Amino acid sequence: MTTTAETTPIRPGLTETLRGLRNHGDVVLALILWMLVPFQAAAWLIYGEAGASDLKWEALSLPLLAVVVPLTLRYGDAIRPNAESIASLGLAANMAVFTVGAFAWERDGLVTGVVSGSLFALGAIGITLIYGILKFGHFAHGDSMMLSAYLAFMFLTGSIAGEAQNHDVQILPFNTRDLPGAADDIWRFSFGYSLLVAMGLTALVMAVLLIGLDRAVYGPLRRRGSGIVTYSIASLGLALVIRSLMLIFWGSDPRFYSPGIRRSTELPFQIHILYDQIFILGMAFAMMAALYLLLYRTKLGKSMRAMSDNADLSRICGINTERTVMWTWAISGAFVAIAGVMLGLQTQLRPELGFIILLPLFASAILGGVGSPQGALVGGLLIGIVQETSVTSGLVDPGYKFSVAAIVLIVILLVRPRGLFGRSQ
Amino acid sequence: MPEDTQPPLIEATDVVTGYGEVDILHGVSVKVHAGEIVAVIGPNGAGKSTLLRALFGLLPVKSGQVALGGEIVSNFAPDKLVTRGLSYVPQVDNVFPSLTIMENLEMGAFVRANGFDARAEQVFTLFPDLAGRRGEVAGRLSGGQRQMLALARALMLDPQVLLLDEPSASLSPKMVGMIFDRIKVINEAGTGILLVEQNARQALAICHRAYVLANGENRLEGPAQTLLESDEVGKLYLGA
Repeated sequence: MTTTAETTPIRPGLTETLRGLRNHGDVVLALILWMLVPFQAAAWLIYGEAGASDLKWEALSLPLLAVVVPLTLRYGDAIRPNAESIASLGLAANMAVFTVGAFAWERDGLVTGVVSGSLFALGAIGITLIYGILKFGHFAHGDSMMLSAYLAFMFLTGSIAGEAQNHDVQILPFNTRDLPGAADDIWRFSFGYSLLVAMGLTALVMAVLLIGLDRAVYGPLRRRGSGIVTYSIASLGLALVIRSLMLIFWGSDPRFYSPGIRRSTELPFQIHILYDQIFILGMAFAMMAALYLLLYRTKLGKSMRAMSDNADLSRICGINTERTVMWTWAISGAFVAIAGVMLGLQTQLRPELGFIILLPLFASAILGGVGSPQGALVGGLLIGIVQETSVTSGLVDPGYKFSVAAIVLIVILLVRPRGLFGRSQ
Repeated sequence: MPEDTQPPLIEATDVVTGYGEVDILHGVSVKVHAGEIVAVIGPNGAGKSTLLRALFGLLPVKSGQVALGGEIVSNFAPDKLVTRGLSYVPQVDNVFPSLTIMENLEMGAFVRANGFDARAEQVFTLFPDLAGRRGEVAGRLSGGQRQMLALARALMLDPQVLLLDEPSASLSPKMVGMIFDRIKVINEAGTGILLVEQNARQALAICHRAYVLANGENRLEGPAQTLLESDEVGKLYLGA
């Protein structure tokens, strides 16, 4: 055994380096996020005009190794206690740079992103409300959204798909297009008030349908005291049922509310936008404002927030919690219905879209902080913008569009699992 | 005390209750008459908090009965009990942290149709500390202020009987004195109080009568003064 201190090697070997990095995973992540800020800014400046399709990702690896690794090994212990806040700020900085860059060079993607994002937000609000009150993730929400789009189609045309493709069968004795003047376009939108009436009917039907599903499926689980896994699997089962029903009734061919052309306009700052998109944005933000007023100004909304805080104490106050649960489903149903109809308006009606959209919906809810309606709005907009801009800039192939939401979801779960506006446990 | 002419505000008779198959209380009887503060003391695990949960309909009363002013209300849901003048303050998690003080009080008055503002002002005179912070979120309050808010919330319905589960738990001695003083004031204004306490000496100092529970059964009962002087209580629960 030596007593001299000088014999200890200063330079750690590879094994020690890896162990050091592994113990400081959160620090590495925080530093990487901050490194991405200048990298992203540079990428926007260099590739902004040309598009990001030939972005040199390799350029990121050298500074990564040269900066993040030594910093972590040297200051890991010092940074670690604050790693979460540093990482969160890094994430926010990245999003800020991204938004500015998108506004400067990818305005089309930004507009589409804000429009899709507002739809994600409307759906994510349902997920977040249901999570707040019942504490489980409602996996049937994406398919409920698509089902709403099809229900509106049914009210609009009175028909569902027949045995032969493209030979629709009238099943309703009425359709909203036959209302006097209903088919004439409103303002410069691509639809008349027939679609608005169909949308209103759909919102009612979905509110009632979700309350019914709660009575039939989730209510019995609640009384049995089931865990959240049981709830979530049950909702996944419902999602499969809804999707199959859509395929049976409406077939797999894409459908559109109106075949006509869509007029667009140019706003200041050279922002090109479709009139239909203006409608979607206006509607979405009006609904957000209405929800805010409901949650913060009415007795019902306050009792929903109270139950989300502490369900036991709500019961102790004498609040009828089953009634609160019912209203939560009704509101989520109305929101998902209107979001679904506007999604159909923005893109098209396809049965499998319901499952595909589930990922951005959950990513929005989790990014914002599950249980926080404000979070769902911000999360939805961010996911929408990042997703659409990644595609329009050429960074991501359109076929992989929805994987962007998955990547954001993974990062947020690593960095800040409670989300941007989530409560710390 | 007019015990013979009027039924007690709340009376539990031989209550058996527990979680699932496991019984915690094996036949406990307590009652509170008009104007009384009654304490329930006893060691950890004696079933004190369980008793309050059973009285308030949060645990099933498997046998025995609970009566409010003579009406049998065993196994009534909390929303039926609050309209009959019973309020309950749990030991922990007794405020809504993301709601403001005002909204917490609104939730306390949820089943009340009108008269909210007047009642809130009355409650604020009892807890002047809260009056200046109406718009503040309850999660930001100190432990003592939270306990006051919990009491204030429970008082919003102007209850006949208030069930308090260890209101002094995890508070500073100064705060405990303050809370107990408020409890006395609430009682003097005409509310009967059933108080579960770990802090036996302090509870006995403010209550009129007390019950000692042990292992889910009544052990002793009597006027506070008698219990304070009793050898058994002194040895077991007061550390004398």
